[in-house]
Amino acid sequence: MQSKRTVFSNRALPYMLLAPQLAVTAIFFLWPAAQAFRQSFLREDAFGFSTQFVWFDNYMRLFQSASYLNSMAVTAVFATSVAVLSIVIALALAVAANGMIRSQQTYSTLIIWPYAVAPAVAGVMWWFMFNPTIGILSYLMRQAGYNWNHGLDGTDAMILVVIASSWKQISYNFLFFLAGLHAIPRSLTEAAAIDGAGPIKRFFTITLPLLSPTTFFLVVVNVVYAMFDTFAVIHATTEGGPNQATNILVYKVFDDGFIGLNLGSSAAQSVILMAIVTVFTFIQFRYIERRVEY
Amino acid sequence: MIENRPLLKLTAHLVLIAGVALVAFPVYLAIIASTHGPTDFMSGVIPLLPGPHAVENYRQVLASGVSTSGIPPISLMMTNSLIMALTIAIGKIVISLLSAFAIVYFRFPFRALAFWAIFVTLMLPVEVRIVPTFQVVANLGMLNSYAGLSIPLIASATATFLFRQFFLTVPDELMEAARVDGAGPMKFFFDILLPLSRTNIAALFVILFIYGWNQYLWPLLITTSSDYYTVVMGIKRMADVADSYPQWNTVMATVVLAMLPPVLVVICMQRLFVKGLVETEK
Repeated sequence: MQSKRTVFSNRALPYMLLAPQLAVTAIFFLWPAAQAFRQSFLREDAFGFSTQFVWFDNYMRLFQSASYLNSMAVTAVFATSVAVLSIVIALALAVAANGMIRSQQTYSTLIIWPYAVAPAVAGVMWWFMFNPTIGILSYLMRQAGYNWNHGLDGTDAMILVVIASSWKQISYNFLFFLAGLHAIPRSLTEAAAIDGAGPIKRFFTITLPLLSPTTFFLVVVNVVYAMFDTFAVIHATTEGGPNQATNILVYKVFDDGFIGLNLGSSAAQSVILMAIVTVFTFIQFRYIERRVEY
Repeated sequence: MIENRPLLKLTAHLVLIAGVALVAFPVYLAIIASTHGPTDFMSGVIPLLPGPHAVENYRQVLASGVSTSGIPPISLMMTNSLIMALTIAIGKIVISLLSAFAIVYFRFPFRALAFWAIFVTLMLPVEVRIVPTFQVVANLGMLNSYAGLSIPLIASATATFLFRQFFLTVPDELMEAARVDGAGPMKFFFDILLPLSRTNIAALFVILFIYGWNQYLWPLLITTSSDYYTVVMGIKRMADVADSYPQWNTVMATVVLAMLPPVLVVICMQRLFVKGLVETEK
């Protein structure tokens, strides 16, 4: 743990300075997390009259329940699609913008503002565009012979939430890719051009490999985003339906806890999610440590 | 460009224009929809050109809300959102500045423990531990209050980290000189450290304001009284009713109003926004 060479010598002051942050952390983070952990080993009856200690029963039931396994599969499909879609589009835009000299700033401004749009708002806008009766996109698809209905068809609903979630994330990935592209030394690209490599060859042999740290970082961030921050997109649009087709893990925690009032199961799911977040945070930190080295 | 290839340049422009269109199209439609009367959504496909009802739609949602879905005036909801976003942003910055100062400029027992206790929160999004957090806030009697809306979201490992990293780069000599001149820790903090951190604070403020404004699940759970509804969560309540009763014009007017403040912040303070975004991820 780093600190300054010389430090102030007050005894009580540092604790007073830390007190507000630690109080909020303890009351609203650590205590609830501990509660979730404790509840995950308990089972309450539906009226809350009695609770009993059930060891790992809540966890065992989760991994045997078809709906939880389905939710895991849905989350995997959803997170992968969002990460791939938003990263590919953002990379294409960033590479195109990087070649611009005068217009780069203007294009950047026009692409980055959706970062500020709330996920729930993004969800409602796409929900509106895909609305089966009046939406413009569902109208176009009807003309093309496909009957879009995200209220009935699970695949349609999944496509809807993937598009809405990716749309919002493009701006973020674009910014990081553009920064990554700026960091690639010009001389490398120029040397390749002199050796006769065309733009496409240069992209795959120079730009893409040199961007791989940025890409790796963005994959982690986007998967975390898709797994946890898209709650609002799901809740504002499909609400996990139809028939559980978009019921991602973080939505299921909420759904089982608040709607189903199955507190033990919801707590066990919370604990599993916390473990997943911890793994991702760890991966991200390892990566950052490595990046600092060169 | 390394070499002059007009065709490549043209393709790049086309890709970018397509990207800008993709990004802007949903918002364009939302704005268009907010300028039409309710009957325009009864049948057929939504119109693509502006209608004549813009002023009356916006006046209606801002001043009186939507009675059919029990929605209060949007101006009230936007005020609530603003209070929540400002409290979260300023609160996070203040408590993180103080704790980062304590961690970097003091040596005391349990310093590492305090650091790790704060660090853990980085890994715990509210959504993940939503039920127990709700129980804590309910037990404290903080439902339906501004304190309940903002305080539980105020602890921030990210901001603490950012300030810690920044304080570590501040030259040691500044602090030594201040001590030689007889300045105490708080005087040093207010007169030297705080002015030096100004750009960082501003950049972080932009990011945290957007974070606070866009909160969804938390306000949805802890507000049952419409006096404390925030605009982002209010849209959900309106959209729920819109399926049975076509009022897309007012829903979309609210959507436009809900994204206006944070989008303006990003566009007007683009430089700070980019700095804040890149730094918080380091």
